[in-house]
Amino acid sequence: MKANPQAVSQQRYWALGELTLARLREFYREPEAVFWVYGFPILLVVGLGIAFRNQPVEHIAVDIVDSPQAKSVLESLAKQERFEARVVSSEEARMHLRTGRTALVVEAGASETPTYEYQFDPTRPESVLAEAAVDDALQRAAGRKDVAEVKVEEFNEPGGRYIDFLVPGLLGMSLMGGGLWGVGFVTVDMRIRKLLKRFLATPMRKTDFLGGVMLSRLMFLVPEVLVLLVFARLAFGVVIYGSLLAVTFLILLGAVTFAGLGLLVASRAKTLEAVSGLMNLVMLPMWLLSGIFFSSDRFPQAAQPFIKLLPLTALNNALRAVMQEGASLASQLPEIGLLAAWAVVTFVLALKLFRWV
Amino acid sequence: MTLAIRCQNLVKRYDGRPPVEAVRGLNLEIERGECFGLLGPNGAGKTTTIEILEGLLTPTSGEVEVLGLRWGKADNEIRQRIGISLQETRLSEKLTVLETLRLFRSFYREGPDPRECLAKVSLEEKADARVGKLSGGQKQRLAVACALVGNPELLFLDEPTTGLDPSSRRQLWEIIREVRSAGRTILLTTHYMDEAERLCDRVAIVDHGQVIALGTPRELIASLGGEHVIEFTLACTPTEPIDAALAALPSVSEVRQEDDHWSLSVAEPHIVLPLLMEMLRERQCELTSLTTRHASLEDVFVKLAGRHLDDEPVPA
Repeated sequence: MKANPQAVSQQRYWALGELTLARLREFYREPEAVFWVYGFPILLVVGLGIAFRNQPVEHIAVDIVDSPQAKSVLESLAKQERFEARVVSSEEARMHLRTGRTALVVEAGASETPTYEYQFDPTRPESVLAEAAVDDALQRAAGRKDVAEVKVEEFNEPGGRYIDFLVPGLLGMSLMGGGLWGVGFVTVDMRIRKLLKRFLATPMRKTDFLGGVMLSRLMFLVPEVLVLLVFARLAFGVVIYGSLLAVTFLILLGAVTFAGLGLLVASRAKTLEAVSGLMNLVMLPMWLLSGIFFSSDRFPQAAQPFIKLLPLTALNNALRAVMQEGASLASQLPEIGLLAAWAVVTFVLALKLFRWV
Repeated sequence: MTLAIRCQNLVKRYDGRPPVEAVRGLNLEIERGECFGLLGPNGAGKTTTIEILEGLLTPTSGEVEVLGLRWGKADNEIRQRIGISLQETRLSEKLTVLETLRLFRSFYREGPDPRECLAKVSLEEKADARVGKLSGGQKQRLAVACALVGNPELLFLDEPTTGLDPSSRRQLWEIIREVRSAGRTILLTTHYMDEAERLCDRVAIVDHGQVIALGTPRELIASLGGEHVIEFTLACTPTEPIDAALAALPSVSEVRQEDDHWSLSVAEPHIVLPLLMEMLRERQCELTSLTTRHASLEDVFVKLAGRHLDDEPVPA
């Protein structure tokens, strides 16, 4: 080396920018991670969207127990295409009913005036439907006249379908998963690789490190959210009724909250197994209870106070209110307050507990 | 001018059952501009010591001054002025060499351009290669570059060449020598005596958490009483012990025996050798092997600790 030491410059580099960039690069250079974050939610939307697409009840399977009157029942039902009626023995009919291959069993009485006996399982929606429809058809055939005149208009507007319910839930779920994995898992991985320790040995500001983790997380979010919403719009016509600004605000708030939770989960864990276990422990109750695939109102009243305290419940409810009902942010203040409280508490706790080595 | 590093009565105790004392009353004074080596077997407390000096561990007791500053009072100032290569850091494999170095450069207020820094460790050609594609030696050179990118006055290198092949080791030695000749202070730990002998101006031999010898490699070797070692093995067992006779030979300062293997510390082998031959002839003992070599730091360690550097540590 020359006597003259190498040129030293005071050129300022932007540590927060470099840290954010490093995280972004690490992510986009990992094809598997990109798939799980961006591809997986789309697959879910496609799969669930197809499975639960709204369709008119096309066929009502009805069994008619064999008897001299069976033929006239069959003729009455044959007037409507939606009935799939067949005449079977009474044993066969019971068996079909038990195994769900028929929705309703009709047995005609042998008296002068038509009498019918319906057998069905009242807890099965399609059986209840079949009973109403078959009864209506048979009563009309027996001469009943409608007293009031009704007009039917078919309604299938976006907003009220299952897919419209599902998309905000999936958005919330993906914000939760992304936050916990993207922040928690990555942080523990850096601790295991002693990279956190190496950073600690430099004059790096800790706020820059945490800022980099947050900023990169928020940047991953943009394509993640756009892909999901645009796909849902193009493939299923899911529209957002509320303001885009309100939706954006909720998404950012949710991302920050779950990043805080991710940081808290990662604050002490020293192995990937430990952090995976912790993350599942945190996420599992919310997957089940927070209304991703079905409304959380279905759980018993006693559990509601607990369910309502979960951050994902608040996020999903607020997202649904804004996206489906066009509600204003002001109307979602309790949910927003709860999410903000989660964010503050988890960040403060995480910073207190955080171990660099 | 203040010392680069001064530590007194350094103690580090890890709680547990039983508690482990990794460092027990260690004293060091390292001058500015010297390359100082902590030499000792695995488990001697070298890494614990260096991590305390780096501010990554808090000592149980004792005083530490780095560049005249104290940890806990001027942490950021010290970190701006030191560079560190840890024993085991896995840098992000998906980043390129240059991106990694830019990232580290961004933490410091001043320093060389990352590309120039790469040239110093001969990695310019790998600037755009992913870290994951580098060889072990290249990764270690990148780690040293990351330590140099803040233009440090004091460089800590923990086991810089462990696990590297011979040519990578020599390449790294060359880099360390250049860093030293640029006027920086270097503290390195190693369990390779040849590394300490070639690189270090002064060496502290550490065992069981204490400095058991301190000096230039030359001084330490000279303290053996002779700079040469004669080693031989015999085909037969002597009828009477020969230790006393060997020790009585002129210019022999120490006799050690392990099984049928003798080793003598000798100042002037040309005087000892003919006398040794004669003595063995008289006793009708045949030699199976005979070598003479320069004494090394390993011999110093063996003399002081009673075992070899690569032996399993003996519980104290």
